[in-house]
Amino acid sequence: MIMHMKPSSGAHVGANNSVSHIMWQVMLALSPATAFGLLCFGWPAINLFIITVLSAVGFEAFCVKLKGRAAKPVIMDGSALLTGWLLAMTLPPWAPWWIGVVGSGLAIVLGKQVYGGLGQNLFNPAMLARVALLISFPIEMTTWANVSPLFFTHSPGLSESWLITFSGLENIDARTGATTLGYIKTEFSQNRLLTDILKDYSGFLSFIGGTRGSLGETSTLLLALGGIWLIRQNIIQWQIPVSLLLTVALLSGFFHLADSEHYASPLLHLNSGAMMCVAFFIATDYVTSPNTPTGQLVFGAGCGLLIFVIRTWGAYPEGAGFAVLLMNSATPLIDYYIKPRIYGRDRKGKPLEIPRS
Amino acid sequence: MLSLFKAEFSSVSAQTKFMSFGYKKTLFRGGVHADEHKTATAALPIVNNFPLPKKLYIPLQQHVGKPAEPLIMVGEKVLKGQLLAYSQGQISAPVHAPSSGIIVDVNDYPAPHPSALPIRTIVLETDGKDEWIKTQLVDDPFQLRPEEVSLRVGAAGIVGLGGATFPTAVKLNMGRENRVDTLIINGSECEPYLCCDDRLMQERAGEIIDGVRLMLHGMETESAVVAIEDNKPQAYKAMRAAAESYAQIQVIQIPTRYPMGWDRQLIRYVTGKEVPVGCRSSEIGVTIHNVGTAYAVHKAIRYGQPLLNRVVTVAGGAVKRPMNVEVPFGTLISELFDFCEVDKEATARIVMGGPMMGDSLPHTSLPTVKATSGILALTQSELKSSDEQPCIRCASCVSVCPAGLRPLDMANNIRINQLDAAVDIGLKDCISCGCCSYICPSNIPLVQYFKYASGEIVARQQAQHKSEQTKKLIDARNVRMERIAQQQREEELARIAAKAERERLKAEQEALV
Repeated sequence: MIMHMKPSSGAHVGANNSVSHIMWQVMLALSPATAFGLLCFGWPAINLFIITVLSAVGFEAFCVKLKGRAAKPVIMDGSALLTGWLLAMTLPPWAPWWIGVVGSGLAIVLGKQVYGGLGQNLFNPAMLARVALLISFPIEMTTWANVSPLFFTHSPGLSESWLITFSGLENIDARTGATTLGYIKTEFSQNRLLTDILKDYSGFLSFIGGTRGSLGETSTLLLALGGIWLIRQNIIQWQIPVSLLLTVALLSGFFHLADSEHYASPLLHLNSGAMMCVAFFIATDYVTSPNTPTGQLVFGAGCGLLIFVIRTWGAYPEGAGFAVLLMNSATPLIDYYIKPRIYGRDRKGKPLEIPRS
Repeated sequence: MLSLFKAEFSSVSAQTKFMSFGYKKTLFRGGVHADEHKTATAALPIVNNFPLPKKLYIPLQQHVGKPAEPLIMVGEKVLKGQLLAYSQGQISAPVHAPSSGIIVDVNDYPAPHPSALPIRTIVLETDGKDEWIKTQLVDDPFQLRPEEVSLRVGAAGIVGLGGATFPTAVKLNMGRENRVDTLIINGSECEPYLCCDDRLMQERAGEIIDGVRLMLHGMETESAVVAIEDNKPQAYKAMRAAAESYAQIQVIQIPTRYPMGWDRQLIRYVTGKEVPVGCRSSEIGVTIHNVGTAYAVHKAIRYGQPLLNRVVTVAGGAVKRPMNVEVPFGTLISELFDFCEVDKEATARIVMGGPMMGDSLPHTSLPTVKATSGILALTQSELKSSDEQPCIRCASCVSVCPAGLRPLDMANNIRINQLDAAVDIGLKDCISCGCCSYICPSNIPLVQYFKYASGEIVARQQAQHKSEQTKKLIDARNVRMERIAQQQREEELARIAAKAERERLKAEQEALV
């Protein structure tokens, strides 16, 4: 007699996927853009990246231990690693070490574990941490290093990079500047016009990734390729990225056509401010986005709308973090109102009527 | 003017839809495409030399509805095809002797169910002669009255052989009474591993088509559509050839996607109509039967043979000789496994039915029944991991659910014991198809949650019903006791009054004296 102890029903076989598999696929999709970004900003960026990711994992392990559970299986699902990674991609690459540590702490402890861990959080942990950092430490969070690729003579070496990461950057003005969007924002306040502001702007350079910004902001091309690969792998669905990007493109296109001197073109919008990173990697976070394709379209459009509004009329040059958090808070509402129709019932849940023939 | 045009337009489109069933439109949603695992068995002919078991364990309930009532005595000699137990009530089915022999016991034996709880079972010791009872033959079954056809189908103990085991005669009657216009024959066999219907269609297409014609006659329905998933080209070819000379039967191919064989999904795909919740499909003019059922109808009407055996797929990683084999009902799974050389060490789970909807069985000393389309012996590597992780709200379960439910929200409600909330968002519309459990990256056994919740709700309702009944009984008792006390008081008063009267009379008499 063959005995087995746990009788169970339904789907004895399964699709070949797992939580950690999904997380690793996302990290794989992120890695070309990350590697390129790290190359562009050199050793200080590598230091910060490692510190942020490791401290995210450390905080996760600490919280799980506090709950009295084994840390290893939870760490192995890769979610904390991914959160740390995504956070690191939104930080200024030469930010001091404590920005990474505090950010990871905010993301993992306040953004995720206080809600009960994986799958329970209302807000995207990485975006929560980024916004909290931006409000709390505006100087450090808006000091963007010039592009100074690894192994170039003017780029900081390994020992100098430790100095930058652990005791701060000297001679700040010579080696840093503003991102494109930040520059436009400050110059608008000087009453300059777009054609004048964007004299030196190279759309191609920011498409490839040779401009100032966070790792998630530099290479539009690599981030978009990674995102498209994720859609092809069926890890994320197309709804959120497409509706988000389309909304931004349409809105900015409309305003740009109406007044091209005061409203940046859709190309510039899509090309800057971590737009691709947000559309493909941040807004598509399963936990904090709606469950239905229609709900996801609404969510993406809402994010796009808020990003455009904050960028254009808000106090911050870059609004993705705020936009995503605001839409995260609307996710339960979207899921409440937009749900699939049950077979044999109408949208309100009443049984269909028998068709008269 | 406009409305007139619209009405005309809709009637035309309805007509074209009615005339050509092959109209392709993605009228199905959700679903998954699992590894089929059919190649090992789909190419082999049905094995029909299964050695007759010494003892057959024939449960009295192998169908939806009331269990059959035995009419034989222990020690009685029976012939193959002899009625052992008659159907009880409107929805029930009789049970016949799968072979000749002696009845040795009528008692409770484990049922082929995950619980293996005992149910009433007839035990038949076979004599090896396999001697048939005299069967009634009809010259031309199409001369029979339609009611007579369903009567004979009912008497043959035929139930839906796709797995639902709903008495076929009842469905034929409902089809006739509702004047359905379409009979769909379900040849999709969408569950992985199973291919008994596939082989049946390949080898016995003529018989199946004859069964379909008999069903049409019994239901007084004009046309039938045989729907076969496009991963069974051989079966499709055979069935097409068999149906060629009958204009009323159309054989179509449908996309391979689980759960295409869910009756309501198939009805929507073939006819474009959706069955409202709480209705039978016959109410919207469609009836659906399985190919195996059609074959059983053929045998019952043409040869007067009741349903005594069926083709069972025995497959899975632990099976050395996977096959489709025709076995008499009541054969123990252990004997079937011996015949197919199942590696007992390697077997991690025994499943009755397909791997998506089937139930796991606790052991192999259980009989095969009318619902047994397959018995799987799965190895550990074939099984889905049971390492449960937290839900990451990936919503894969929402996108694969063919019923349009949100399994993750239902499971969350059940986890915190909010069963009513789970019902509110559609628990009762769940068909347990297993797509959500199949796809879940966190290995959450969603269907298990839903079945638990459904069972728990029934148990709670029963408990509530019981307490209400108890309360009613107590109230009734109180009223009764009150009435008795009242009666006693009145009798007491009457007695006192009578005594007083007697004394008064006595006093009067004394006074007179």
